Parts: sequence; C-alpha cells; structure tokens
Amino acid sequence: MQNRYLEISQVSIEFPTAGEPYRALQNVNMSIQQGEFISLIGHSGCGKSTVLNIIAGLYQATEGGIILEGREVNEPGPDRAVVFQNHALLPWLTVYQNVELAVKSVFNSTKSKTEIRAWIEHNLQLVDMQHALHKLPGEISGGMKQRVGIARCLAMQPKVLLMDEPFGALDALTRAHLQDSLMEIQTQLGNTVIMITHDVDEAVLLSDRIVMMSNGPAATIGEILHVELDRPRNRLALAEDANFNAYRQQVLRFLYEKQKNPATKTAA
Amino acid sequence: MLAKLQQLKTQVTFASLFIRYEVLAKAIALPCVGIIMFIFLWQITASNIVTSLGQFPGPGDVWSQSKVLVTEHYQERDKAQQFYQRQEVRNTKKRANNPEAVVKIRQYTGQATYFDKIITSLYTVAFGFFIATIVAIPLGIVCGLSDKVYRAVNPIIQVFKPVSPLAWLPLVTIVVSATYTSTDPYFEKAFVTSAVTVALCCLWPTVVNTIVGVASIDRDLIDVSRVLRLSTFVHIKAIVIPSALPLIFTGLRLSLATGWMVLIAAEMLAQNPGLGKFIWDEFQNGSSSSLSRIMVAVITIGIIGFILDHLMLMIQKRFSWDRQAILR
Repeated sequence: MQNRYLEISQVSIEFPTAGEPYRALQNVNMSIQQGEFISLIGHSGCGKSTVLNIIAGLYQATEGGIILEGREVNEPGPDRAVVFQNHALLPWLTVYQNVELAVKSVFNSTKSKTEIRAWIEHNLQLVDMQHALHKLPGEISGGMKQRVGIARCLAMQPKVLLMDEPFGALDALTRAHLQDSLMEIQTQLGNTVIMITHDVDEAVLLSDRIVMMSNGPAATIGEILHVELDRPRNRLALAEDANFNAYRQQVLRFLYEKQKNPATKTAA
Repeated sequence: MLAKLQQLKTQVTFASLFIRYEVLAKAIALPCVGIIMFIFLWQITASNIVTSLGQFPGPGDVWSQSKVLVTEHYQERDKAQQFYQRQEVRNTKKRANNPEAVVKIRQYTGQATYFDKIITSLYTVAFGFFIATIVAIPLGIVCGLSDKVYRAVNPIIQVFKPVSPLAWLPLVTIVVSATYTSTDPYFEKAFVTSAVTVALCCLWPTVVNTIVGVASIDRDLIDVSRVLRLSTFVHIKAIVIPSALPLIFTGLRLSLATGWMVLIAAEMLAQNPGLGKFIWDEFQNGSSSSLSRIMVAVITIGIIGFILDHLMLMIQKRFSWDRQAILR
C-alpha cells in the first residue's frame, strides 16, 4: 500500500463571476493511500463536488494540483472514473451497451472481442445486473441505473473511483442495498474510493477515513476522522456499537456545532 | 357462482364495446364531422362568389374536375401506348422489307398528365430537401459544438432566414443558366432552379433546431465523454447525434413542410413541370373549368403535404428512444 497514492496538494480554485472572482476552495491538502475508502462530508455548497471534479480533471485548480502515483494529472481520464449523482447513462443505449462504450474506449486495443464481452458481463454481475443486460435505462429503476453507473466505472479498472453522492437520489432501502454491494465490491477488488455524501451514517459505515470540510467560500479541510472499525461491517450490529456511535457523534458535532450550517448562521 | 361469472362477462363485454366506440368516435367520427361541416360551409360560400371566370368552385365542381383529370391521364397513357405500337409495327415492316434499313425510334411528345406533374413536384422537393439536409445538419452540429463558430455564423443565419423564395428565384435562375449546361433530361434547368430555391429556403429550420439540440446536451453526458476520453468523431457519433436527434427531427419536419410550400411558388415562376406550373397554366388559360382544376391542385398539395409530414413523423417515431416523449 503506497502512502501517497493520490495526493491533493495545496489545491485552490477561483471561479470568475460577474463581480469579484469567487474563491471556492483554499489550500486543500490531503494524502490518500491505495485501497482506502474516503468519505467527503460537509454542508451544501462547501465545495465537496468541486474537490471531486478537480481530482477527476473536469475542473482545473487555479493553484496546486493533483498527483496520482507520483505524476500530476489535470485532465479527465478513465483512471479516475466518476460515478455521477444522476447516473449519466446514455438513454438510447442498453445497459450492456452503456458499459460496452466505456470498456471499448479503454480496452479496445488490449482485449479481444470475447474478452471484452466476458469482462462486461463480469462487471454487471458484480453489481447484480446480469438479468437486465438488454434493457434501456428508461425501463429500469433508479437503483438499477446507479448500479449500472457503478459497473461502468468498475469496468474501466480505474486507479481511483470517484463517487459524487451516488446514492443521494435513491430511497433508504435501495441505498442500504447499494451500500452493502459497494462494501462487498470494495472488499473483493480493493479499490481506492473517494465518495461524497450527506449521510453521516453512510460515511461512518463505509469509510476508512472521513474528511469533513469547512463551509465556503475559501473552504478547506476542517477535520479528518479515522474510522477504526473492523471489516466486514454489519449495519445492524454496528447500530448498537459504542465506537460507531462515538464516530457518528464526532461527525455530527463538527457539522452542527463547530461548523454551523450557513442558513442558520445568517439567521443568528 | 357461475351466474355471477356470466354477469361479469357481459358487463365486461359491454364496457369494452363502449370503450371501443368511444375510441372510434374520437378517431373517426369527430374528424368526419369536421370535414362535413367544412364542405357544407364551402358549398355555401362558393355559391355566393361569382368571378370573371365563372362561379367559385364548390365541392361538386372540384369532384367532377378531379375525375376529368384522372380520365385525361388514362387517355394520354393510351395515346402514348398506341403511338409506340404504331411505331413498332412500322419499324417491323421496314425491317421485314430491308433488313439493313435504319429504323427511327422517336419519343412520344405528348402532354405530361396531372399525375406526372405530381411525381415531378415530389422529385423536385425531395432533391431540394436532400441538399438542404446535407448542408444544414453538419453546419448545425459544428455551430452547436463551438460557441465561437456559432457567434461567427449566427448573423448570416439570421439575415438569410427570413428571405422569401420569390426573392431568391431571379438570382438562382441567372446563376443556373450561366453555370449549368447539362442536357440530361432528368436535370433540366427549371428543375435545378426549383430544387436550389427550395434548398435555400428550407435549410434554416433544420440548422436552427440542430444548433439548439446539440447545444442542449445533458452536461453529465459530456462529462462522461471527457472521462472516457472519446475522440471527437466518436463523441459526435455516440453522444451528440443521438442526444440531439429529437430536435434534429423537429427541424427536418419543419424544413420539409416549408420546402413543400416553397416548391409550389418556385415551380410557378421557374416553370418546372409540376403542380406549381399546372396552377399557373390553368390561371393563364382562363377557361370555365380552370378555377375548379386549380382547386383540385390546392387540395392535392394539401393532402401530399400532410402525407409527407406523416411520413417524417413515422421515421421520427422509429428513431425515438424516449418513451416519455409524445410525438404528434
């Protein structure tokens, strides 16, 4: 396990606006080990998605940069695959074809046709979607669409898996199922994952470290919490675990005491 | 128990019959009522308008003239057939007398029938629409993808969009006369002039709609394309075109409708032997049946326009992946 697999080094970003340029992030620094599961949590508008987009290469930082395995990266690529909040599946392609598009653009020259086919089916099986290979996104539920989105990213064999509130648009039961699936896949494949979430329970359940961000503008990393719970983690067992609840409390305290929600700040 | 089931069965049959009749009513009866009312009003209005060429044609006159046009068509076809038969007999006799004789094979130079004119019009509009499409869609895609190109090209689009076909016609005629010197019967000057005029006027709806379609692709899908590092060609083929297709089809439908309208005007002035020329000739002719024949042409133009639009709609439905979209 490399200690500095992914490094976010003194990242700041400024957006040009009609008036003053808006400084969204200021001096964000973080090192991530290979195989770690990191959650990024914070109030709305604090710049979590911006950090993720900068790591993904979809935005360019105005200062600082991202270093992956010792090399700077500032363009999007399949080595930092992104799972979007709104699945972003191509609505005119079937489930199979959506994953195929990703696999073909990454592996067309290195894998044979039969290998590609087997690889696509393997990844869809990982997310339990092998029964709906030839359905269009319009014919499957929200949870299933998100599974396909995850399968598409896993099929690219990314170095880092970036997830932007992947379960935010889903109901609680589907969310629980997908969280369990994600933990299983994580155990199997050992991916490095950075996930943005609003759900404190989700963050504590899934992550190795929770990164709590301060509010914008000029947001930065507030606190980093190491979650030292044994894997595999069972949500029902953990609900009564003292450590789990202590971690939860710490995150909640950060969010609601140390960093007041901007909406309540103006009221006070 | 059985009796209850029987009762339920009759109730369900009644309900389904009722529903079926309601659906039939909406689909057929109401349109029929509309058409009958219109014909009725038409008859009343027509009998009150008297012109220098006789009374304004009512539905009865139009019906009898359409039958006349059909008869004329078959008569003309008969004449042509007889001409060719006589020619064949003559030539066989000549060759029988002298195997070395040179035989003359001449084309029948009769009049084009009404249905020939319809075919000419359709052929012209198809050609013009085809030219317009192959220019408009690539132009729309490039403008939609690049804001800079759009800003450069947009003033040209806005200025030429509102120009009437009748304003283009003199310029197109002169240019075609000067540059087009082919003697190919399928590509006569009048045909080219009409087709080019149609193309010039009907490319704008497709351009504008394609630009809007391409520019309004879901941002997430563009991000997916960036993460996958798709080449420009694959990006356009796999994401841009399917995403913009609904709006491109809207543009194509509008273009075809505009093109069909423009065609009739262009044909009148360019003298392309289609429906436009038919109307113009009848008007110049000024006989007692002219107005009725013109009215037949008007209705034909309308019905063909409707069929063309319906054809485009069926093609659009075939390519549409969005179950939620209601296509009319």
